[in-house]
Parts: sequence; structure tokens; C-alpha cells
Amino acid sequence: MTKDTKNPPIDRVDGRMKVTGGANYFADFELPNMAYCVIVGSEIARGTITSLDTKKAQGAPGVLGVFTHQNRPPIPGWDATVGGPADGPPPKPKTEETYRILSSPKILFDGQPIAIVVADTYERATYAASLVKATYAKQAARTDLSKHVAEGIAPGGSGDYSRGKADAHQTAPVTLEAQYTIPIEVHNPMELHGILAHWTGPDTLMIYAKTQGVNATQNAMAQAFKLDPKNIHVHTEFMGGGFGMGLRTWPQETAVVAIARKIGRPLKLVMNRSQMFTLVGHRPYTVQTIRMGADQTGKLVSISHAATAETARYEDFTEATVNMTKFMYACPNVSTRYRIVRLDRSVPIWMRGPGEATGAFALESAMDEMAHKLNLDPIEFRLRNYTETDPEHNRPYSSKHLKEAYQKGAEAIGWSNRKPQPGSLREGNWLIGYGMSTGVFNAFRWEASARALLKADGSLTLQSAVTDIGPGTGTALTMIAHNVLGVPVERIKVEYGDTSLPKAPSQGGSAIVSAVGSAVFDACTAIKQALIELAVKDGGSLAGRQADELTLADGILSADKEPGKKVTVSELMQANNLTVIDRTKESKAGPDHQKYSVYSFSVHFVQVRVNPMTGVVRVAKAVSVADSGRIISPKTAASQMIGGVAGGIGMALTEEAVIDHRFGRFVNNNFADYHVAVHADVPAIETIMIDKPDPIINPMGAKGMGEIALIGFAGAVANAVFNATGQRVRHLPITPDKVMQKLV
Amino acid sequence: MNPFQFTRVTTPQAAISASTKESGTYFLAGGTNLIDLMKREVILPERLIDINKLPLTTIEKNVTGLRIGAMAKNSAVADHELVKTHFPLLSMALNAGASAQLRNMATVGGNLMQRTRCSYFYDHSMPCNKRGPVQAGPDKGKPNGPAGCGAIGGFNRMHAIFGASSKCIAVHPSDMCIALAALDATVNVSGPKGDRRIPFSEFHRLPGELPQKDNTLLPGELIMSVDLPTNRFADHSHYLKIRDRASYAFALVSVGVGLEMKRSDGSVHTIQDVRLAMGGVAHKPWRLFEAEQFLKGKEATEANFKQAATLAMKGAKSYGENDFKLTLAPNSIIDALKTATKTA
Ligand SMILES: Cc1cc2nc3c(=O)[nH]c(=O)nc-3n(C[C@H](O)[C@H](O)[C@H](O)COP(=O)(O)OP(=O)(O)OC[C@H]3O[C@@H](n4cnc5c(N)ncnc54)[C@H](O)[C@@H]3O)c2cc1C
Repeated sequence: MTKDTKNPPIDRVDGRMKVTGGANYFADFELPNMAYCVIVGSEIARGTITSLDTKKAQGAPGVLGVFTHQNRPPIPGWDATVGGPADGPPPKPKTEETYRILSSPKILFDGQPIAIVVADTYERATYAASLVKATYAKQAARTDLSKHVAEGIAPGGSGDYSRGKADAHQTAPVTLEAQYTIPIEVHNPMELHGILAHWTGPDTLMIYAKTQGVNATQNAMAQAFKLDPKNIHVHTEFMGGGFGMGLRTWPQETAVVAIARKIGRPLKLVMNRSQMFTLVGHRPYTVQTIRMGADQTGKLVSISHAATAETARYEDFTEATVNMTKFMYACPNVSTRYRIVRLDRSVPIWMRGPGEATGAFALESAMDEMAHKLNLDPIEFRLRNYTETDPEHNRPYSSKHLKEAYQKGAEAIGWSNRKPQPGSLREGNWLIGYGMSTGVFNAFRWEASARALLKADGSLTLQSAVTDIGPGTGTALTMIAHNVLGVPVERIKVEYGDTSLPKAPSQGGSAIVSAVGSAVFDACTAIKQALIELAVKDGGSLAGRQADELTLADGILSADKEPGKKVTVSELMQANNLTVIDRTKESKAGPDHQKYSVYSFSVHFVQVRVNPMTGVVRVAKAVSVADSGRIISPKTAASQMIGGVAGGIGMALTEEAVIDHRFGRFVNNNFADYHVAVHADVPAIETIMIDKPDPIINPMGAKGMGEIALIGFAGAVANAVFNATGQRVRHLPITPDKVMQKLV
Repeated sequence: MNPFQFTRVTTPQAAISASTKESGTYFLAGGTNLIDLMKREVILPERLIDINKLPLTTIEKNVTGLRIGAMAKNSAVADHELVKTHFPLLSMALNAGASAQLRNMATVGGNLMQRTRCSYFYDHSMPCNKRGPVQAGPDKGKPNGPAGCGAIGGFNRMHAIFGASSKCIAVHPSDMCIALAALDATVNVSGPKGDRRIPFSEFHRLPGELPQKDNTLLPGELIMSVDLPTNRFADHSHYLKIRDRASYAFALVSVGVGLEMKRSDGSVHTIQDVRLAMGGVAHKPWRLFEAEQFLKGKEATEANFKQAATLAMKGAKSYGENDFKLTLAPNSIIDALKTATKTA
């Protein structure tokens, strides 16, 4: 059974296709008579359009239409709604603004679409878009969260939390209070966002999207256009990175669908890079304060964690920033508070390790600061406050091997070389430091369905609507099916990313192996049962044997105790006149799930080199350990972790979307100036998998790992920089100016 | 972007006469800067003269040193044996710039002429004095966005601490030019009025009242080549570039050093001659003449480096977000000198 044995490393099943250009992303699709559109964005962050000159654009060559708030085609399921997102519940307390794309001259954020220009080629649409001219009545915009932290409101649904005494840190023997800030980060996947919409009939729609969930897009469009979801076909087999920005249907996508219907041609939108900063969400600027108390023995007395994040004036976005603090450590007195401030900004969205990555930076920096105050090794401090049961929900963890993760990671990075006194290790002009941090994320198992078809020739096809955003979904599903049915990996085909296939949740929350993998497991198990039944029934080739005495491998069903007694799957199916065995299964977590806290854990270790003269910080070595249950596909799992670390290095050292608050506009909204980590920033990364099955979550024992790959990493870097230099950087990213020391 | 004419030429004469005929004409070399500026509508040319077919790619020795053709690719220069052996500073500076892909497209002439990366310059909804009026099309002569300097009082992390004016605090972004400044290069140009040799320190200019003008090239002039005089700095050269990520980012501060060292006794080394230039700090590659003067004949000690750095910082002025450069610049000078004086 899968649970008991480690899985062999197999190559990414679609790897060859991806690197040879065989994989089609939404923008690769070309349809006959297709038109192109380009968005014109507002140049102010708050105010009203006073005039909008579209004449020149309309007269430009190839232009098929210019759509503004004056003539945008209707979106029936939307236009009547007020407040909050059109496809979600209205926020509480209610927002004073409503944003429905191209519906009003009011400007609520920088880059807000003021026109969509449609032409017969992309270049002509781009040129015509440059001819649209607007004038505005400008109002002073509020875009700087740091100036408005005190104005936070409690968003509906996420109450304050406390256990024990609220002010316990005041009387603790050792105390700490510190503020941590993370700037706006932008997902910036390589693939630009957009959509290709094709009305195949008056009420039938084909969409090639950049979405993390085809079913989610299908439902959002069904709601927007008041259609039966069955009439909407969405296809997103591959996605060139999402990191969360594809977890909702953005207003401009809906607008493109409406315009496509109006012009009666397939219509494609591919946004430009600067629009990726304002139209598809971001990780919100967040200010956090941690107060922590401990006693001399190194036991935590109290933690209070308050976070304030920005959101839009028209929509509330919230995330689980303070959650980790509630259950990570054994601590009797804990309180958390989460607030949002509505600014003249576009709405954020989940970004890899949503909330937790922000929160973990604060909590795990504070843990390091406290360990230093207590003169304790940071790992030792964490071990002294280790908990085997979840103190928030008072229930056991389904599985937790974090101690082992600490120990393995420490060995791999060479933690014993670390000196407690900052600034102790030097190599020429460079100071060396070590840091570590913990990461954690809920391990979900959502409802999902999958279909498996075993053919008489021994080949297997798996089907699910789930999209592959890059983590290796196809590979993991292949491995799961292989483990159940013994079909050789190269004879398994996975079809996914299309609403014609069995329903699946969106690719997000690190939940797909668990959710869709379970459905594949169940569907394959049903096929296996069917085969066994055929074999053991009267007159069958293995008649009379018990199911558990039989082994299915490489297309052969054999009796364990009787060497030579076997039947091939093909023989079995032919004997029963079957060309295919076809099973579809819906799968979800059982009731047991509720009795446990089910989390994935990670530990990140880094060695940094810091030049104190120039402030340059280099991550010289990184080790990330995942405790996420049984590893289904070791290679793609390692890739996940490596990708998370690369993202974590960006978060720690380089990424920051900067706004000039006088204008409320970004000043570095391009790939030259918004610095994602490049190769030179990323050292060799060692990944370690604990690889012990979780007995609760699903039949494979596998928990998700996409988020934990990143969560905590930035804290590990900040802690290492402190260890190297004695400089505590509490405001990301850690750029040279924050670290260098004055010489003359 | 405006519709524009596109002409390909094969001789420098054709390029010059084509560009002299009408205003709003630009030479197109690698296009890595010009095309971006056109897409952002900062430059709206009427005519592009493609000079990629000009026979100006040669890198060869001449009587005074080395001549590098204006159309030589940045990567070809950086990898050239003569450059690596005799002018390693230039090689290092080039390799510290942009990315391998960009260096394979970018030319020496284009690199000299590249515009600032100031965010306000690039976004014509923001104030900028450097953008100047629209050069072509129906809006020709009209201002291309609001006047003023957005960077003053704004996002000026990347901006100048030397030689700025109230009109403009942008910096010249080139790494290659820092090496050329330190190495006393000469720019050879050819124009409607004949050929000229421009000493490097006179090629780029400070913004003053006319920030639209980056350099002293005259209308219609084509850069033909760059000359480097022979020197004795090859054993002690270093280009230090401090930036916000390890590669593929513009300099916060960079320092180009070339030294000629003399071993006076067993351990102490004397600086016989020195060239120092800084990038990321001014509207033009910034030569540190005073620090050079001070270091000549001095021993290579940290105390002397510190004093040189202090001299170099005379007159520096910061604008808020770039305050850190007042520390980073002298620190970088010291760090670069330390590295360059290490014996090979
Ligand atoms: C993302 C990015 C990152 C970069 N990073 C760096 C960096 O870190 N460091 C760095 O130094 N540079 C960097 N660059 C800039 C790069 O070096 C320049 O874009 C390049 O050198 C320009 O050369 P080109 O041949 O492409 O010029 P083009 O774009 O073709 O032309 C630029 C200008 O030069 C003029 N011109 C070209 N040739 C001649 C000539 N022979 N005579 C007269 N005028 C001429 C053109 O008319 C135009 O105005 C970066 C660029 C990008 C896009």
C-alpha cells in the first residue's frame, strides 16, 4: 500500500512537452476571426473622469470598437449588484464604493481600466489605446498604509482571538515588543494575465483562461452572464505560474467576455507587465506588532500579534496573517488581532503562503529576537516551547514531525558552526551568519472528483478538471494511479484543465494532491476492485481467492502464495468482453478529519554572507525541510520547495512594489525595477523530505507543500543577517542600505 | 507609439545624411533602450535609421591603444582578448551590466547614449523636465507630460548625489561608461560637419537648466568608435557594483578603479597612478579627480582609502530616499580600493 513505502523519483510527465513548446497556454490559442483588445488604465488613483476622448482611437486603423463606462456592453448578473465583489458576498461593514469595470467615471485605484480598445491585431489595438485621452478631476488619494495603521477596521468574519490573559507579557520576566513590515509584493508570474473569449452561440461560451480553477471561472462567468454553467466551457490546461493571482475571475476578464459577445468575434486580452501590478492583485502591505514574554527557563509566557493590512475601498480582502501565532507554540497567553484599512488601491489577493508568509516573518523573527535575549539557541528555544497538541483547538495534530525536521535541517546546514554572538564569523570582508525559521500551513482536503479509464491494452487515462499551474499535478496523479493499479508510469495519461472533465477545486491552498489525488486514488481503487471481482468470481482465472491475497502490478494480477498463478489485465478484460473499465469518484475528507488539526510544517535554514561595508547580503546556502506527509513525487516535490525558496529569497532580499504616494502610482512596475530573485541570487538549495505518511488526511497520507515551501523563509534570512551582523531588519526587503555600517 | 519610417543604411555617410535631413530621426542600434522608450512613449521618433549593417564592429589595436567600433556588441567587447588582457576594468564593467541576452544585443554606441532609468522620466503622467517636448507626430512640440522633477521629493533611491540641479536629479545608468571614464577614453564621432574627437569627460553633461540633453553630441552626429589609451592598470583593476539584487539590476553605486602599484619594500605597496570613477551617483560618469590626486604616491592603506573616500564625497547632496548613498558611496570606494590593491 502507498502509505508504507516511499515513492520512486519519476520525471515530470509533461516536462518534455513544456520545454519543447508542446504545452499550450491560454495565449497560445488562435481562433479564426479573432480580435485583440488592450486596456487603457487610469493615470490617477482617486477622482473622476471629466472627459474621455476616444475619437482618434476609434478612427485608427483596424479598430473594431472602443469601450468605456459610456458604452460597455451589459454584464447582467453583475450590473445590478452593489458593494464588494460582484461574485461574492458583500463585505461587512459595507464598503462605501462599488467597482464594476467600465461602469462609472469614478476612479478608485491607479490603473483602473477606463477603456478597452478592440482591433484586428494586437499592435493596432495597442496603438489605438495610446490615442485614448482622459482628463480627470483628481482627489487626494490615500495609498500609504504606514500613515493609516491606526484607522484599521475589523473585517467581518475574522474576530480577535485570545486565550489566557491578554496583558500577560507585561509581567513576564523577559519581554519583547517589535514592529515588522512587509511591503507590497506582486505575484509576477512569467506568463501575463488575460483571457480568450469565444461565444460559440448566442448563449454558449468557450473560454481559454489563465485561471487556477476552470470550474471557478465557469461559475463566475455563469453568474455574470446569467447562464447555465453547462453552457460555458473553460480550458486552462497549463498556466505559466499563478502564485494565487489566478484564484479569482478578475473584472477585466468578465468585460472581455461581454465585449466579445457584442462584437461577435473571439476576443483575446493579454495584459502588459505594468498592468500585472494593479489588475490582478498583490500581497498586501502589512504592518505587524508582536509582543512576547518569556521566563528565564525559556518558556513562552505570552504572545500578542496584531496585524494591519491594506485593502481596496470597494472590496475587503483578508488573509490568515496572525493564525500561526495561535497554535504554533505551547504558550498559555495568546492574543491576536487583524485589521484592514481601505485605501485608494486595487484589491489584493492571496499570494503564495497567503497571510502565513507575512505572519511567519513577524513571529519567527520575534522568536529569534527572544531566543537571543534569553541567550538560547533559536532551535532550543523552539523545542522548549514545542507542542504535540494544537493549543488553539485543543486537539491533536494529525501528524507532526517537526522535531525531526529541525534536527535534519540543522545537520544539513552545519548549524553547529553557528556562533551565538552576532558578528563572530568572518571570511575576508564578509561576515557569515546562520538563521532558521519554521513554516506552517493548513493541510486541506477539499471535495474533488476524478475519472479513471483502464483499457484492455493495459493503458490508463486519468481525467480531472484541475489546472496545472506548474507544481507537477499530472506527475503526482500519475504516481498515485500507478501505486494503486500497478500500471507502468509511461502507460498513464492525464487529461486535465477543462470543464468537460470531472469537477475539481481550484489549484490553490496546497490542496490538489490531497483533493484530486484522493479522487484519483478512489477511482483507481474502484477499478482494481472491479478487476479482482472479475478474477475471483466463479469461472474466473483466480476463482475463490481472497482480494488481499492478490497483487496487481505491471498489468498482471497474481496470487501471492501460488507462484505462476496469474492473469493479465488484458486477458481478464477480454474474457469478460470489456474494452474499458471506467470509474468516476467523488472524494472528500471523512468525519475523522474534524478531530485533528491537520497542518504541513516546514523548517528553513540559511547561511548568509554579508558585506558590512556595502550592505550586500547573499544567501550562500539554503536547506528547506518539509514535513508534509507522504511525498508522492519526490522530484516535483523538491522542485516545489526549490521554487518556494527562490520566491522566499525575493521576499527577503529584493521584492518591493513602490508607490509614489503623492500620485498614488507605482514607480517600479516593470521587470527591470521590481526585483524578483534572479539566478545569481539563488544558491544551490538542499531540500529534505521527512516523508512520513499522515494517517488522517487522505488514503495516500500526503499533505500539501506549495505554501510551506515559502512560508517562514524570509524570517530565516532576517535571522541569519542578525546573526552575521547584529543588525535586526524588521522591514522587508533587506536591501544594502538597511545593513551597511558607516565607515567614514 | 507613433507610426514611423524605417530606413536601413549600410554606410556611415548614408546614416549621417539621412539623419540630418529631418528632425525626429533616431539611429537604431541594438534597440534595447530605444524600443522600450518608444513603447512607453517617452521618445516618439518620426524616422528610425537602422545602423546595424554599418561596418563598425571592429576591435583592434591602434598606435595609442585600442579602438572599439561603435557597433561592437557589449558582449563582444567584454569577451575580447585584448580588452580582457589590457583593459580588464572595461570587461568587468560590461559584464556587470544588464543580462547576457541584453549584452548580446546592446552596442557600444547605444550604451553611451542610453537614457536614464528614472521612473518619472519613463511615465509621462508624472512630472519630468528631462523628457522634453514630443518630438514627432500630431502633438509635436507639445509637452510630453507635466514639467517638474518628480524624483525630487519622490522615489529617488536610484538618484544623483553629485552635480544634480533643481531641474533634474537623474543618473546616467551605464556601467560601461564608468570604465570608459576611468580609462580616459575618447569618443570618435562623424557628422554633417565632419569628424570630431570628444574626450570622455566632455561627452556626457550635467543636467543644469537643460536636463533634456544628456551629452554633447550634435544633431546628425554618429558615434564611430571609442579609443582607449594604453595604460598600466591591468593588474590592479576592479569594478564594484552595488545593486538591489545580485545581477540584472542597475547600480545603486558603482566604483571603477584602475591602479598602477609599486612595491616599495617587502609588504607596503605604493600607489603610482590611479583612476577612479563612480556610477549611480550623477547625471554623468563621475570621475573622482581629487581622490585620485590624493592617492598618487600614497601607500595602499585603509587610512588612506578612507581619506580618499572622504575627499571624493565633498559636495555630495542627497534627496531623502537616496541618503544612504552618502554612506554607501564612500564605503564602496574603500571596498573597491581594497580589492584592487590586493596583489595579483
Ligand atoms: C532590463 C534592462 C536592464 C539593463 N541593465 C543595465 C545595467 O545594469 N547596466 C547598464 O549599463 N546598462 C543596462 N541596460 C541598458 C543597456 O546597456 C542599453 O540598453 C544598451 O547599452 C543600449 O544599446 P543599444 O545598442 O541597444 O542602443 P539602442 O537602444 O539601439 O539606442 C540607444 C540610443 O543610442 C542611440 N545610438 C545608438 N547607436 C548610436 C551611434 N552609433 N551613434 C549615435 N547614437 C547612437 C540611439 O539613437 C538611441 O537614442 C539595461 C537595459 C535593460 C532593458
